Amino acid sequence: MSAHSHKEIDFQIMWNRLIAVVGEQAQVLIRTAFSPIVRECEDISAGIFDLQGRMIAQAVTGTPGHVNSMAESVGHFLRHFPVSTMKEGDAYITNDPWMGTGHLNDFVITTPAFHKGRLVGLFSCTSHLMDIGGLGNGPEATDVFMEGLSIPMLKLIDQGQVNETLMAMIRANTRLPVDTEGDTYSLAACNDVGVRALCDMMDEFHLDSLEPLADFIIERSRQAVLDKIAALPQGTWCHEMTIDGYNAPLTLKAKLTVGENRVSVSYDGSPPAVGRGINVPMAYTRAYTVFGLACAISPDVPNNAGSLAPYHVEAPEGSVLNAMRPAPVSSRHVIGQMLPDMVFGCLRTPLPERVPAEGTSCLWNIAVRGQWFPKGATTPQTYALAITTNGGTGARPGLNGLSATAFPSGVHGTPVEIAEIQCPLIFWEKELRENSGGLGQTKGGDGQIMKIGTTQKQPFELLAAFDRVDHPARGALGGQDGAAGRVETASGRKLAGKGLQVLEADELLVLLTPGGGGLGAP
Amino acid sequence: MVDSTQIRLAADIGGTFTDVVLQTPQGRLTRKVLTTPAAPEEGVMSGISLVIEDAGLRFPDVTVFVHGTTLATNAIIERRGARTALIGTQGFRDILEIGTESRFNQYDLMLQKPSPLVPRDLRFTVPERMDARGTVQLPLDEAAVLALVPQLRDAGVESIAVAFLHAYANPAHERRVQALLQEGMPDITISISSEVCPEIREYERTSTTVANAYVQPLMAGYLGRLRQSLDAKGFQGALYLVTSGGGLTALETARQFPVRLVESGPAGGAIFAAQCAERLAENRVLSFDMGGTTAKVCLIEDGEPASSRFFEVDRTARFMKGSGLPLRIPVIEMVEIGAGGGSIAHLDAMKRVVVGPESASSVPGPACYGLGGKRPAVTDADVMLGLIRPENFAGGSIQLQPARSAEALLTDIGTPLGLSAEMSAHAVYEIVCENMASAARVHAAERGAVIGDHTMIAFGGAAPLHAARVAEKLGIRRLVIPSNAGVGSAVGFLAAPVSFELVRSFPMRLDDSFSSPEVSALLDDMTQAAHGMVQDDARTETLHTRRAAFMRYVGQGHEIIVTLPDGAISSDHLSALRDAFEAEYARQFARVIPHAAVEILNWSVSVSTTPRKYPPFEAAPALHDAVSADIRKLFDGATGTHVALPVYERTDMGPGSRVPGPALIAEKETTTYVSSRYTAHLDGSGNIILDMKDAV
Repeated sequence: MSAHSHKEIDFQIMWNRLIAVVGEQAQVLIRTAFSPIVRECEDISAGIFDLQGRMIAQAVTGTPGHVNSMAESVGHFLRHFPVSTMKEGDAYITNDPWMGTGHLNDFVITTPAFHKGRLVGLFSCTSHLMDIGGLGNGPEATDVFMEGLSIPMLKLIDQGQVNETLMAMIRANTRLPVDTEGDTYSLAACNDVGVRALCDMMDEFHLDSLEPLADFIIERSRQAVLDKIAALPQGTWCHEMTIDGYNAPLTLKAKLTVGENRVSVSYDGSPPAVGRGINVPMAYTRAYTVFGLACAISPDVPNNAGSLAPYHVEAPEGSVLNAMRPAPVSSRHVIGQMLPDMVFGCLRTPLPERVPAEGTSCLWNIAVRGQWFPKGATTPQTYALAITTNGGTGARPGLNGLSATAFPSGVHGTPVEIAEIQCPLIFWEKELRENSGGLGQTKGGDGQIMKIGTTQKQPFELLAAFDRVDHPARGALGGQDGAAGRVETASGRKLAGKGLQVLEADELLVLLTPGGGGLGAP
Repeated sequence: MVDSTQIRLAADIGGTFTDVVLQTPQGRLTRKVLTTPAAPEEGVMSGISLVIEDAGLRFPDVTVFVHGTTLATNAIIERRGARTALIGTQGFRDILEIGTESRFNQYDLMLQKPSPLVPRDLRFTVPERMDARGTVQLPLDEAAVLALVPQLRDAGVESIAVAFLHAYANPAHERRVQALLQEGMPDITISISSEVCPEIREYERTSTTVANAYVQPLMAGYLGRLRQSLDAKGFQGALYLVTSGGGLTALETARQFPVRLVESGPAGGAIFAAQCAERLAENRVLSFDMGGTTAKVCLIEDGEPASSRFFEVDRTARFMKGSGLPLRIPVIEMVEIGAGGGSIAHLDAMKRVVVGPESASSVPGPACYGLGGKRPAVTDADVMLGLIRPENFAGGSIQLQPARSAEALLTDIGTPLGLSAEMSAHAVYEIVCENMASAARVHAAERGAVIGDHTMIAFGGAAPLHAARVAEKLGIRRLVIPSNAGVGSAVGFLAAPVSFELVRSFPMRLDDSFSSPEVSALLDDMTQAAHGMVQDDARTETLHTRRAAFMRYVGQGHEIIVTLPDGAISSDHLSALRDAFEAEYARQFARVIPHAAVEILNWSVSVSTTPRKYPPFEAAPALHDAVSADIRKLFDGATGTHVALPVYERTDMGPGSRVPGPALIAEKETTTYVSSRYTAHLDGSGNIILDMKDAV
């Protein structure tokens, strides 16, 4: 039983191997990252691409918003750095929201993989960095220039030589220079690990090109999704959902069509982009829409260019779901993460047994910033962190929703002790918010109650980007709505769901995350 | 060297069988008896009575009894533990339920999380608060604590866990609560997080403390009854329990920290492999244990199995990371996957062959058993390829039916893919071996090890048939199938040292703020505590203390373990510590981070006796070719044809017998497949050793 056995079997084994390779790439990124949202919450993506820019495999960790948009990003890298110009030891970088994963905080790094001196594929990865300058984390800016340092498509490493000019620019433009530089290195290192593992595989199977394997993986995956689509009823269904918006509600509109060999979603009729940073670049809109479709239709097919191909998404140019440069996009997750609910709303008529009611959907990231004196410090130091928390998910057919759980995002919540060790804030409460899930035949998941103060005398800033405060997650099929979210202080001062606000040292921030909607009449 | 006068006894209670091993100066005797789940001490006692009789000895003759058990694990999985209450910081009643706020499977809309060991109505809170620096922000409300006593009594609580925020930084409040409650409820066991798991991250710490409380009464009861049964038989020796970290601990410590016993069985396997490694003088070893439903791999470097401080029990989705209850305890780190002889193969939506994690178990078993199993298992693939002799399976106790293997393989794999039954079998065999090789690669990558440099030690019922192919895939040049592999865990227990490891979170930067007095005080305190845990049990043996720092760049979340020098740690050591950290960091992650500050997050002290030494295995005398007893046909997937496969009877082979691959070495209970890449021989101690051909 040598290595040269039946082609079908070999391809299957190599497919498994590639998934293991990108898994290793992702683990390295998580373990070496500085950004707490990466290391504690796994807000990353990693994948391998062929020379046409087709994604062949992605790590099973990571968040949906990154994965699919990173897949598009590699196409942009290839346009800027044609295959013929790539050299061994190179690595390319961008954080352009329209060529990367939708906001400046995400660095995407792409590394060409050489095997025996020949370019055979590309590794790409992305992670969320804590601070990239500008106004900081939050939707406050009125254009993308205010949101921080923008890195166009650049060479980060040129044949092993780190671009020190660029590194100096990065360090000079963030409130957290050491962490940001460290994260940049960790992204580059994880791709290197992927390249090494890929070379081992190609040696073992005596490959000099990935293309036949890529064709096999992509065709098999595409066919698997087509088979699933063929089993669905054909037709067109629409759904509308009103969300809080920045300072005025927005009504999103979707039309979903199941055709013979494709599913398309159009956001035609959705409102124009708004003046603050909750707008969504198209790649991110596509990412979360396709994620919703995949959950409902093809959950067991791995993500790659083939499995993504039958899904089509469009949104009018200049709309909030296809914002154009220079629209501010920093908090694009708030609306982006609502898009699976739009998909489920459309699919509820043909597939009621598969889709949940609306949930909290957008992360309740508590982005805070301020000055403090850590143990032994005599000069004030800046802290800036995002504490990831969640509300409840929507009730599911036959199952209650999940309490305090991220969906559709795949990130982990931040441990209170880990948050508190990095800043002077102190949580006086973080508990389930009883009966906040909507009633129904099955109930929505509960949200949380949080009360947060500081142990020092300095005020702190909250960069709010919360939704479902004015418009709760709705129940479906007769189920009741979940409780709306609340943002206020202990003394009753009502805070805005979005935007930068200052809390005095003696104030307690009170956050009630939303409950999920119920399903079916209670 | 082994104390020649000692008579050592070991027992491993598994799910189905309890293995007993008796080591006397004359040699080793083993027994396998059925586990008696209702009262496990009965099975243990009958097993050890049998083996002691076999040896012509009596209970008072036994000097040491070492015992491993899955009781604690099973109590958690089956939710049979004590009615447990959790007392937490006011405002934090739901730490167990909020968990990591994540989903372990991104695309599964219907996933279900494991239910917490303590339901909400038994989760209480009291006003108190430490901050991250261990400073009291809100004093403990003692009246509120005392007011809980009647409530806890009324609720019929049998065990209590106390876990306050930042208790790793300052345990004062937890200790006070323990004292107050113990006074009011002297008969109740109380676990506090600052003792069970003094590490940062509230969910894991609370989960670990609760699990400890949950199994404590049950384990205390069992251990007490076992002690009594032993006393009644006149046993006067020392009794030790095996911990998940692979060390031994005395009854009292086991009663106090029963959560540390959770994974002792698999730990025994790894210690067994470590012991073989030492006797083979192999410094880099991959232990490979493949049974009926799972395969486990573990790296053993310089005689020490890889260790970790994190483990998940009761995964709701089998083997899926994140789907279980997290425990932060010292464990031997291994990767376990659903790949065993009984693992079932099927095609997924992409027509990919998937093996496991579902298993045919023993009933109905693989299709070839003819007991009603219709789906193809790994064993069916082995039969179809010609690796298993149908008439000799399990010592001839089951007559296998190859036609049923063929039918199952064709129906589920071959027909949809357009492959013959034999080629389907080849696919299943290749995929399961690839899965196991992949688990080994991931494990090695996480430890920064080069897998091809290692020698494989393979044991467990299904390992000898698959080990050679897995080794080939990993580029491993030598693999060893030790004799006595069937009761490996229990044999491993005999070799384990008495030990205890303590870890505490105490963040400290390697710069001007490094406080040598504080660090010294912490390490001294920990060393004293760890000594206290083993001193009485170690008796007269010499104790070794090992101290380590869990280091990282400030801001990172993953720590690298660096061994600390002996004596006080002063600022003179800082640059050496940084160098050691960066060397290890570069080894694992290819490059270091310039300009970044380095900190120590956790400190560990482990105190142990010297592991028992066994003499080296005897080398083979001059090699000579063995004579094959039979020729079988093996299906070769590469050429799609059958090739001749000589079969050698193990009983016909003596030390030095050589068998070139491809070949089978058959024995009563197992068969070893020597692939064409290897040549096998028997060494002087009865181990089968496979060397890659071009290496000979």
